[in-house]
Amino acid sequence: MEPLDNTDSLKPKTKAELESANAKLAKKMVWVAAGSLLFAFALVPLYDVLCSITGLNGKTNNEALTLTKAKVDTSRNITVQFTSAVMPGLGWNFYPKQASITLHPGKIETVLFEAKNITGQVVVGQAIPSVTPGIASVYLKKVECFCFVNQSLKPGETKVMPLRFFIDPALPKDVSEMTLSYSFFEATKK
Amino acid sequence: MSTTTVAHDEVHHDHPSGIMRWLTTTNHKDIGTMYLTFSLVMFLVGGAMVLGIRAELFQPGLQLMNPDFYNQLIGVHALIMIFAALMPAATGFANWMIPLQIGAPDMALPRLNNWGFWLLPPSAILLTLPFTLALFGIGDGAIATGWTFYPPLSVQGGIGVDFAIFAVHLLGVSSVMGSINIIVTLFNMRAPGMTLMKMPMFAWGWLITAFLLVATIPVLAGAVTMLLTDRHFGTHFFDAAGGGDPIMFQHLFWFFGHPEVYILLLPVWGFIPQILQTFSRKPMYGYKAQVYSLWAIGALAVVVWAHHFFTAGMPVPALLYFMYSTMAISLPLAVLFFCWIKTMWKGSMTFETPMLFAVGWIILFGIGGLTGLVLADVAADAQYHNSYFVVAHFHYTLFAGGIMGIMAGVYYWLPKMTGNMYDETLGKWHFWLTAISFNLTFIPQFFVGLAGMPRRIPDYALQFAEFNMISSIAAFALGLSQLLFVYVIIKCVKGGKKATDKVWEGAEGLEWTLPSPPPYHSFTEQPVIK
Ligand code: HEM
Ligand SMILES: [Cu+2]
Repeated sequence: MEPLDNTDSLKPKTKAELESANAKLAKKMVWVAAGSLLFAFALVPLYDVLCSITGLNGKTNNEALTLTKAKVDTSRNITVQFTSAVMPGLGWNFYPKQASITLHPGKIETVLFEAKNITGQVVVGQAIPSVTPGIASVYLKKVECFCFVNQSLKPGETKVMPLRFFIDPALPKDVSEMTLSYSFFEATKK
Repeated sequence: MSTTTVAHDEVHHDHPSGIMRWLTTTNHKDIGTMYLTFSLVMFLVGGAMVLGIRAELFQPGLQLMNPDFYNQLIGVHALIMIFAALMPAATGFANWMIPLQIGAPDMALPRLNNWGFWLLPPSAILLTLPFTLALFGIGDGAIATGWTFYPPLSVQGGIGVDFAIFAVHLLGVSSVMGSINIIVTLFNMRAPGMTLMKMPMFAWGWLITAFLLVATIPVLAGAVTMLLTDRHFGTHFFDAAGGGDPIMFQHLFWFFGHPEVYILLLPVWGFIPQILQTFSRKPMYGYKAQVYSLWAIGALAVVVWAHHFFTAGMPVPALLYFMYSTMAISLPLAVLFFCWIKTMWKGSMTFETPMLFAVGWIILFGIGGLTGLVLADVAADAQYHNSYFVVAHFHYTLFAGGIMGIMAGVYYWLPKMTGNMYDETLGKWHFWLTAISFNLTFIPQFFVGLAGMPRRIPDYALQFAEFNMISSIAAFALGLSQLLFVYVIIKCVKGGKKATDKVWEGAEGLEWTLPSPPPYHSFTEQPVIK
């Protein structure tokens, strides 16, 4: 029998045709892989947008809202609880001055948090808020917050920090309670 | 090949011999053999690590190691088993068997194939080197985050994390190259007359796996790259203090991670039905239904990822979506189970070792799937998440469903690959020892998990002591049984009763038309499929 080269036997294609077809398909697949790498990085902004619309990750607005006149809805009472955490590496005490408040949607309230630097150095911290349930986070509107900027404390200094906020009256009817938690992170420039 | 006028047996002399043969080979069988050997070695390495873990868990309290080292063992064990044992085993079979099964002379892209393999040993070294470096006082050991790389732990961790990130990059490139090769081979190299819907099931399983790999491995690569830049270049992808979000990592990771579990199994779902039909001596039941089910599972695999972190906090509609979509996967899976059982139904069955593994596999993998359904229930998962129940679940799917499936394949194809029959008595011993000690290892873990024992913690409450002791003893038995496996393989490679071309009485498919072992160049003349 006539001996055949490996790929010659692939009738009707010639070896060269087959090789170029293989290279073409392989290249297409490399593009698919490159596309999914790109997709991974595109997911970052996508995730942020999705979260800011849906409150998926419990984040609140991180810039002051310009006040629009919201109608106060006296028919509903919303309880907002406060919790705090100090992340490892930050030598502070930090806690909310009130465990919770109850307020009507639309009404602006001020609550206080206290931080104390218990180290011997100037320490800068950054508070990161999170709201549970996540869906409520887009309705908790901050007018003024210590979390909008870094906070710097001198050794031993105590600072009382205000948070002014209101609850958007559009808050879904089934939410009557939410928790606002702040984690303080070390933010000193090294 | 330089000339077409020389017969192939003579052309062999062009090939370098000794170590250079293996370093430079582009032959699909050589490469397949290297993948399978590498996989077996890493299976033993990963197994040795987990015996360290089970030794520590033999009793409550800390006896042998500090928690950090324990966590390193857990993480590297998992990474090795997934990326260096299971995936290369499946790729090894793909290289060996796909060309034989579809009547092709070789893989489509032989040189790429060689690179794909040779990226593996360096990445295995990268994964394990930090252990050795720590002995010399460099760094603080291997990655200690578990295989999931969750920040903030992975951002704070030592050089072990960097090593693991680079290892994952290499492993990722390797498996994307391997996948591209398989896709191209399956599309362009099939024998004349073999339409897609006539492809062997193993080829189908691998085609879908390859697509999943090309689509999701780059997402993992991207996620760990972001980790790397967070660690060293001041970015804040996952750093909450800088405006990032650690939960986002979980989304990225599991967008890859869930498809990955099917990537590990689809090739097995491919060849198990072939084994079942061989030893039931009747055609595979529901070929089309199986192909469509594989596709359905492949498609669903990329839309269910968040079931791995139900407890991280999600809006209720999202919880419901991920719960129902996850549970929906069990529908095509049930179709597959039905077809597997129906294939055996009223067949004239015999139980050689491959069939023992295949039938045992159906039962044990079934337990894995059913316990997965329990975990997919959002309300139940709040209790079971991060408990030993999850550990038991994924070992029923990955050790039984993955490794024991691969073992079925090894016994099934070993006579074809070596030309010798393996020792049937020892093979059966290996099956029963493995099956029994596997169950004794992991059934207790369901119980302690239901009772609340957390995973990834080296110590535990006293009430879990007895079950853990049973589990540890059985784990050592399971580990030792695998030495028998190695012995059977070596014995078979060295010699034994000569295998016929067909090997098994009921075997169907092109690979059984070639001599055992097949010649260096398989199909010098392509078969025509009618
Ligand atoms: C119908 C089938 C399945 C369902 C419904 C299912 C569901 C789940 C769920 C909900 C979890 C998360 C549990 C938790 O962390 O709280 C989980 C974990 C896991 N499953 Fe499955 N599963 C199924 C099949 C499989 C298969 C086939 C594999 C592997 C081949 C697999 C491998 C894993 C692994 C490795 C984990 C743990 C990952 C980790 O946290 O490290 N599962 N499964
Ligand atoms: Cu999953």
